[in-house]
Amino acid sequence: MARRVGLEVSLACAEAVKLANADVVAAYPITPQTHIVEHLAELVADGHLDAEFIPVESEHSAMSACIGSSAAGARTFTSSASQGLALMHEMLYIASSMRLPIVMAVANRSLSGPISIWNDHSDVMGERDTGWIQYFCENGQEVLDLTLAAFKIAEDPRVLLPVMVNMDGFILTHVIEPIMMPDQAEVDAWLPNYAPQLHLDPAKPISMGMVGVPEVYTEAKRAQLQAINDSYPIILEHWASFAKQFGRDYQPVESYRTEDAEAVFVSMGSLSETIMSAVDEMRAAGQKVGVVRIRLWRPFPVEEFTKAVAKADTLVVIDRNLTFGAPAGPVATEVRALLFSQGIQKYVANFQAGLGGRDVTRDQFKEMLAKAQRAKAAGQDMTCEMVGVKE
Amino acid sequence: MADEGMTSWKSLALGCAMTEPGTARRFNTGDWRSRRRPITDRDKCIKCGLCWIVCPDMAYDPDPKAEGYYTWDSFYCKGCGICIAECPKQAISWLEEKEEDKYGPACGA
Amino acid sequence: MISAAEAIKNYEKITPKNIPLVEPFSRGHRACQGCGEVLALRLVAKAVGQNLIAVSATGCMEIISSPYPQTAWNVPWIHVAFENAAAVASGVEAGRKALIRKGRIADAGAKIVAFAGDGGTADIGMQALSGALERGHDFTYVCLDNEAYMNTGIQRSSSTPYGASTTTSPSGSHSKGQMTWKKNMPMIAAAHNVPYVATASPAWHLDLMNKIRKAVAVPGPAYVHIYSPCPTGWRCGPETSIETARLVVQTRIFPLYEVIDGKFVLTRDIKNPKPVEEYLKMQRRFRHLKPEDIEVIQKRVDADWERLLGFVKATNPEAADKAE
Repeated sequence: MARRVGLEVSLACAEAVKLANADVVAAYPITPQTHIVEHLAELVADGHLDAEFIPVESEHSAMSACIGSSAAGARTFTSSASQGLALMHEMLYIASSMRLPIVMAVANRSLSGPISIWNDHSDVMGERDTGWIQYFCENGQEVLDLTLAAFKIAEDPRVLLPVMVNMDGFILTHVIEPIMMPDQAEVDAWLPNYAPQLHLDPAKPISMGMVGVPEVYTEAKRAQLQAINDSYPIILEHWASFAKQFGRDYQPVESYRTEDAEAVFVSMGSLSETIMSAVDEMRAAGQKVGVVRIRLWRPFPVEEFTKAVAKADTLVVIDRNLTFGAPAGPVATEVRALLFSQGIQKYVANFQAGLGGRDVTRDQFKEMLAKAQRAKAAGQDMTCEMVGVKE
Repeated sequence: MADEGMTSWKSLALGCAMTEPGTARRFNTGDWRSRRRPITDRDKCIKCGLCWIVCPDMAYDPDPKAEGYYTWDSFYCKGCGICIAECPKQAISWLEEKEEDKYGPACGA
Repeated sequence: MISAAEAIKNYEKITPKNIPLVEPFSRGHRACQGCGEVLALRLVAKAVGQNLIAVSATGCMEIISSPYPQTAWNVPWIHVAFENAAAVASGVEAGRKALIRKGRIADAGAKIVAFAGDGGTADIGMQALSGALERGHDFTYVCLDNEAYMNTGIQRSSSTPYGASTTTSPSGSHSKGQMTWKKNMPMIAAAHNVPYVATASPAWHLDLMNKIRKAVAVPGPAYVHIYSPCPTGWRCGPETSIETARLVVQTRIFPLYEVIDGKFVLTRDIKNPKPVEEYLKMQRRFRHLKPEDIEVIQKRVDADWERLLGFVKATNPEAADKAE
């Protein structure tokens, strides 16, 4: 029987891994992911999860061990954040190119320097090109559900790509929320054991990780590109089957009060919930505004997103990190590019907010919208602006 | 050519793995030899097998049909000379080899 | 868990009469002519047999054995990166352990062996190795030591011996080449309290293969350090690899020994060592050394030998001064 519990979101993430009956967890602690891996260690120590818990000596080794474990055919999980995610950077590319269905929870935290343990998206934005399926959670229930779903998506023989589940550090990971815990039997019925297509097996020797000579590298990457593109409908398929089994529906792009909106915010992660509250207040004051929340970041849901923003003529795109030397933040840059390539004209304003754990208030969102509307009226571009900087 | 793909991307195995073991056996490393090859004097050979053991390229085979002698494989031998240096009876020596005679399967010791 | 000594009691010893014919490593690989390292690799694979899962670090052995589509591996093999053979092997071991325990795969006793060069072991791979040894994974780590980063063009490593000229520690008017002493990896491995550590040379092929057999028989981590001559990098004739591998032991430069449950056991007691000069003069990487430099090396080699004997005496008093 599914049951409702008040649970710290980190623990919910670990519980999802337990429900998924992972075989191997190889992880290195880093704030604010620590409660996830500590709870997993506890679950293993108390016999609730039958898995090998490898307390590796660094994040680079964590992902290396995950690659080894997944290549051996085991259901594999890890978690990291910030510096740790950056440390395993080279391994992320290898995990995806080797088509290994590793699941990783990232407790988004800002990158040094200066060193900061608090939340923003600079860590995950550095991993955009790694070939991982990447999505963002907005609340604790999503953390549990989407971590669970990640295994099903990753291990689908039509996908076989690693999945990164993003959850804002502290803001999500360290809060206690009401969470519906699915029943183990229900999960077992929905999530079969991992059946690898290729793995290390003395009965069927294969060579993994050969030298990609110039005569094959391009084709190898083409095949990988096809894989992540092909994964898109399958991600949706599994989210739909999750909805059927567990009653909670997830879409790659979620729209809130956008039906007649003239302006919409565009955001990812927990900030989206704050924006929804701000939208409610603005709507109450008569403004026609909504918010489009991107849940699936890679592969980017171009069609769904374009549809979601179709009616609005103003987009206020929130980035939770800076891209030094580029004209605007990563989300805004991708949004502008996809609109431009489809010949769609819109006023796109970009705000960079919530860096290093700083709160972004409903009032600040209202100000951002007002600013964008004023600039638009005055015929000025709002290429990119940082929010809340003390001058 | 380095500017052209060797095979269709659709025919690659998952993750560009090689699912057939030991495909290197098709590579003619014997082509690396230059002007000479080792040759065994079977009168001196005591069939100890050291040539087979110390060859980094496994160019000797314990051939059951060769009555305990070890047959040499022209297809793989790179001509390093370790067998010549290590044979306890100095039974192996260099023999001048013409370029065209390098090619082909094992031609015996 | 049983001790290494217990596990080794019944290992299947290789003698001249039963050298395995199997070649888990295939012909047609791209190693240089006379490569001592690939010979060592071949013998290791032969000693383990077909029931082997190999994990390679980036390096000579990985590059020469896997230019797509030609793989020289007749057994399952994975290469991931340069510094993480031990971490990948840890993952393979843990994955299989979990799958076997949960009844999803059969336990056919496959042996996991990680292969790395001196670079991927003593330098960039040090951390992953230390972690894997400390965690006690059931695997064997083989360091194939050709004393420099050979694959990328003969650059120095912390395993490059004192006085050797490499491309990043070249001898010159202002330099005598590498001016630090070779990092003692077998001792570092032994300091991790692992059940089995050994050193081997391809000039003693039976000893090498048997040490590998013992290593894979021991439950928990085993570390085997194999001296691997590189004619290309050391600039000596390709036919000299075995001779070099013999001299390095006979001069006491590279002692052959085992550390079994922390007890040091000398494989070969070199009672009348050859002078180090005989070994050094065979390789052009030492050509620039003057007699006083060779004297320094001789003194250090002598001191290290005494120190090793000291370890044997301290940990294994009954076996002190005993050669197998």
